[in-house]
Amino acid sequence: MVDLRFSIGSLQFKNPVLTASGTFGYGSEFDDFMDVSKLGGIIVKGTTMEPREGNAYPRMAETPSGMLNAVGLQNKGIDYFEQQIYPRISGYDTNVIVNINGSYIEDYVALAERVSRLGKIPAIELNISCPNVKMGGMAFGTNPVSAREVISAVRAVFPGILIVKLSPNVTDITEFAHIAEEEGADSISLINTLVGMSVDIKRMIPALSTVTGGLSGPAIKPVALRMVWQAARAVKIPVIGIGGIMTASDAIEFFLAGASAIQVGTASFIDPQAAVKILQGIEEYLIAGRFTGIGDITGLINRTG
Amino acid sequence: MPKRIEDFKVVDNQKLNNDFFILELSGSSGLPQLKPGQFVQAKVEGSPETFLRRPFSIHDVDYERNTIKLLIQVAGKGTGVLSGLGTGDVLNLIYPLGNSFSLPTEGERILLVGGGCGVAPLLFLGKYLKSHGLSPDILLGFRNSARIIEQEEYAKIGRVYLTTEDGSEGEKGLVTDHPVLSETEYDRIFCCGPDAMMRAVAGYAAKRGIKCEVSLENLMACGIGACLCCVVATVNGNQCTCIDGPVFNINDLKW
Repeated sequence: MVDLRFSIGSLQFKNPVLTASGTFGYGSEFDDFMDVSKLGGIIVKGTTMEPREGNAYPRMAETPSGMLNAVGLQNKGIDYFEQQIYPRISGYDTNVIVNINGSYIEDYVALAERVSRLGKIPAIELNISCPNVKMGGMAFGTNPVSAREVISAVRAVFPGILIVKLSPNVTDITEFAHIAEEEGADSISLINTLVGMSVDIKRMIPALSTVTGGLSGPAIKPVALRMVWQAARAVKIPVIGIGGIMTASDAIEFFLAGASAIQVGTASFIDPQAAVKILQGIEEYLIAGRFTGIGDITGLINRTG
Repeated sequence: MPKRIEDFKVVDNQKLNNDFFILELSGSSGLPQLKPGQFVQAKVEGSPETFLRRPFSIHDVDYERNTIKLLIQVAGKGTGVLSGLGTGDVLNLIYPLGNSFSLPTEGERILLVGGGCGVAPLLFLGKYLKSHGLSPDILLGFRNSARIIEQEEYAKIGRVYLTTEDGSEGEKGLVTDHPVLSETEYDRIFCCGPDAMMRAVAGYAAKRGIKCEVSLENLMACGIGACLCCVVATVNGNQCTCIDGPVFNINDLKW
């Protein structure tokens, strides 16, 4: 029997397969296709203080081996989440993590305080990397000074497990990994989407209403893997790998490069059962390799001797 | 109705003309009760550039044969690959997705309006209405006579009116130019077609106070309400075409 468990600080996960925010709704969208409680955790749709309508249509463009999105954090706000969604999803036998977003540091702090009062949400993912909002989001995650400020402010009010989701749209990912660690984050997750664009040559206009959007899918996997590898060697806190993971072998690459866990994102759009299939494939790989647990392969390519 | 992910086998691939073909697909388990307006998300294999699934309206259902039909227009690489599928090939579907057209009450005068690929959901809808004792009129618009498809299928359901943009068959012009619209007082219109056509039909219906539902074809990724890419602006805020639609009452749309 292979041990799939991993921990971030005091929080234990039954396995290292989580679902990425914005690709898995609130979990219940996938109830028809899988037992969501089999997953190590689900990270729900990015949540803000106030309801957000998101950006105008069109918000999506298919690209080679991937897609661009410009959803812009459409969500019904924290009040709605608390009253309508939380009661419905807190029964899942897995770690339900809320991804929080804001335009100002005060928004992040207020959200972290609100979430800390929800007994069945053990962790937050601090999203300082959304490329699709005019204010906040990636602006925090690409500036070392404001990144430090927001992480520090949230850490001061949030006693639970704090995961910081990093942007790949920076020159040196290790700088931001270090900042997160220094400011007391329990873990970092990366990467969020890469800023990209696409043009409709028939209509001669940008494919997205916002012109630029966030690129996801297998197209970004090599970049994501490189950044996870760099970050994992730079910090001691667990690194959660995200970016174009479609199969178990994709996920295993991330573990070998240094990830302690992974998030399945865009893959769930094409195969709503992707996350459980990836989990199964990881387990088979570990058994075939006679490993005792997932920790045995984390960062294996970085170990010497 | 729980959504399923299921392999279907191609029973038949019927080429209608250079643009359109119909795939008849047999389920690996028994079909659930499907509703007109619902759609499937098909996974295109063997086309690396086709990353996302492709949404298609359910065109027809045969519960005895346990098959569904998809009417597909060759529009790009994904639909190009699908046009080459042959008997026995496998197509993976997520279905049934989306809401459905409303069932009108007895005695209503109903008009189905479709154009181009937008005729796809109307055959299933028409047959469904007929099985409920309703006999809709059908108004179909095409670019020219060579592009007219399935006229005889629709003729089995009700009276068919045609327009072509070049006048090569039926009335010349767009569907909204057809005289039947001024000659007949309809109680309800169901429409699916290009965006401009649906907006024009919606405008006509709104002006006359006719109940009207349209089936939208917004770009989407997941089809199950997770990605929030396929939104349309409604009086209730941005709603997903995939789970809140694809069928919308025009009074709810901010058109």
